[in-house]
Amino acid sequence: MELTVSIRKQLRSFELVADFAVQDEVFALLGASGCGKSMTLKCIAGIETPDSGRIVLNGRVLYDSELGIDLSPQQRHIGYLFQNYALFPNMTIKENIGFVASGPASERSAKVQENLERFGLKELADAYPHELSGGQQQRAAFARILAADSELLLLDEPFSALDGYLKWQLELELGDVLKSYHGTALLVSHDRGEVYRLAGKAAVIKQGRLEQVHTTKDLFKNPETLAATLLTGCKNISQAKQVAKQRIWAEDWALELAVAAGVPENIRYAGIRAHFLELRSQAGENTYPMEIVQIIEDVFSYLVMIRRQGTSAKPIRWELPKAVWEEYSSRKTELYVYIPPEKIILMQQ
Amino acid sequence: MEISPLIITLETAGAATVVTFFAGIGLALMVVRMNRFKGLADAIITLPMVLPPTVVGFFLLLLLGKRSSLGRFLLQWDISLVFTWKAAVIAAVVVSLPLMYRTARGAFEQLDPNIIHAARTLGVSEWRIFWHILVPNARAGILAGVVLSFTRALGEFGATIMFAGNIPGKTQTMSTAIYAAVQANDYELAFDWAMVIVVFSLVFVMLMNWWIAHTDKGAALWN
Repeated sequence: MELTVSIRKQLRSFELVADFAVQDEVFALLGASGCGKSMTLKCIAGIETPDSGRIVLNGRVLYDSELGIDLSPQQRHIGYLFQNYALFPNMTIKENIGFVASGPASERSAKVQENLERFGLKELADAYPHELSGGQQQRAAFARILAADSELLLLDEPFSALDGYLKWQLELELGDVLKSYHGTALLVSHDRGEVYRLAGKAAVIKQGRLEQVHTTKDLFKNPETLAATLLTGCKNISQAKQVAKQRIWAEDWALELAVAAGVPENIRYAGIRAHFLELRSQAGENTYPMEIVQIIEDVFSYLVMIRRQGTSAKPIRWELPKAVWEEYSSRKTELYVYIPPEKIILMQQ
Repeated sequence: MEISPLIITLETAGAATVVTFFAGIGLALMVVRMNRFKGLADAIITLPMVLPPTVVGFFLLLLLGKRSSLGRFLLQWDISLVFTWKAAVIAAVVVSLPLMYRTARGAFEQLDPNIIHAARTLGVSEWRIFWHILVPNARAGILAGVVLSFTRALGEFGATIMFAGNIPGKTQTMSTAIYAAVQANDYELAFDWAMVIVVFSLVFVMLMNWWIAHTDKGAALWN
């Protein structure tokens, strides 16, 4: 399975620019809402038409503005899972699946039975979509996509309409669906956890611009850009500049920090994830005395807002296990916090 | 009581409704899909609903009458429309079309566009989408449009009398018969026809309401 996309499309307030290739993997587009990520999927499926560019699936040209090729959605054979599942409301689940299955009658009914069974929908075969829960509707939508023999699976915020536990269950079930596509799918999401768990590769999309493609692990470890850092869930960002080869001045935090990697001259921001800060009892490299701005008790951890002692710097969010914080609180000693140099994210843009 | 006005009215309204049904749905789909000039197209199609029917009839005369170029063109094949049964149908179509168009358009616009998109990506042809998805899911609106345009055609007067005339046994409908009866001072006959129209219209609107309430699963679907 191979998909290459290179498209441009002028949208209301920005231009969508997306260039990427996907090969036998789950590829995720991570972005805030309204950034153009769903539009990218719609262009691939043929629901929307780009202004220019080229889309090729398994050597088949789906769209090419120069050659004047623009296949209809029907000709593209791309399965699109809509956020609201878009089941046909006037048909039962069985009819929904049968309506899109191709081939002679016997083959069609075999496909219906096979997919009803595979997704545990046999008891719901004669129910209408509005009688189903969100999770059941999603299963029915998957069953319908598989019955239509599509070559590629596009997932548009597949779990955002579902609540916690159900979401988790369906995420596990998605694994089975992906096997039918040799593990290939294009996922659009604003949920970093979802992207991290499901996708092998990912790219951040901001205001229509697709940033560089990384393996998901690399993207979260070293997001490179401000947009990527924020979208991967980093809560602490400061403006920063280089002071030495491996030292930066983090302006918002009023901290001078050693970093593990070489600092590029044109560095603009530095970031540190809330759970990478460490408690210390005395000063040292990257270790500063801190004052507490606010303490918030969360379900399994404490969120402590801290800033460098004696300054009015922007508070840094620190997330730590309850036991660690409670142990510290009982000691009533001065608070020192260590920022590990290898965990500091540097951003040039 | 000569019953020909009743027969002519039912035939005219029936024929007009068949035309209106297809034309109204077609125009509704066309306008829904338009990107430019949507407002203009909508206004032109809706115009006969807000213009005085006599104006509509007058324009039909101008457009299709024997003195118009189109009228002369049709005369070459011995087709003359003015003051015929066909003219009554055309008049009824033009005045009832906006009702069908507007109700159908409203019903189409309420459909979730993702349902259509999903059908397309799943390989369903545009024709099957139309008959098996668009029409069934918009059926309440389409049904309402059919009944409204049929009852409108039943009572059509102004455009009909201008364009089709009031020829007993040929183009005289119930509403033009009432006019003729009143002019002839036959109030009894006028009253009878008036009651027939009221009863017919009432029955059709009630049928529509019953039908929509009992056959439509749609109301519950849009949750």
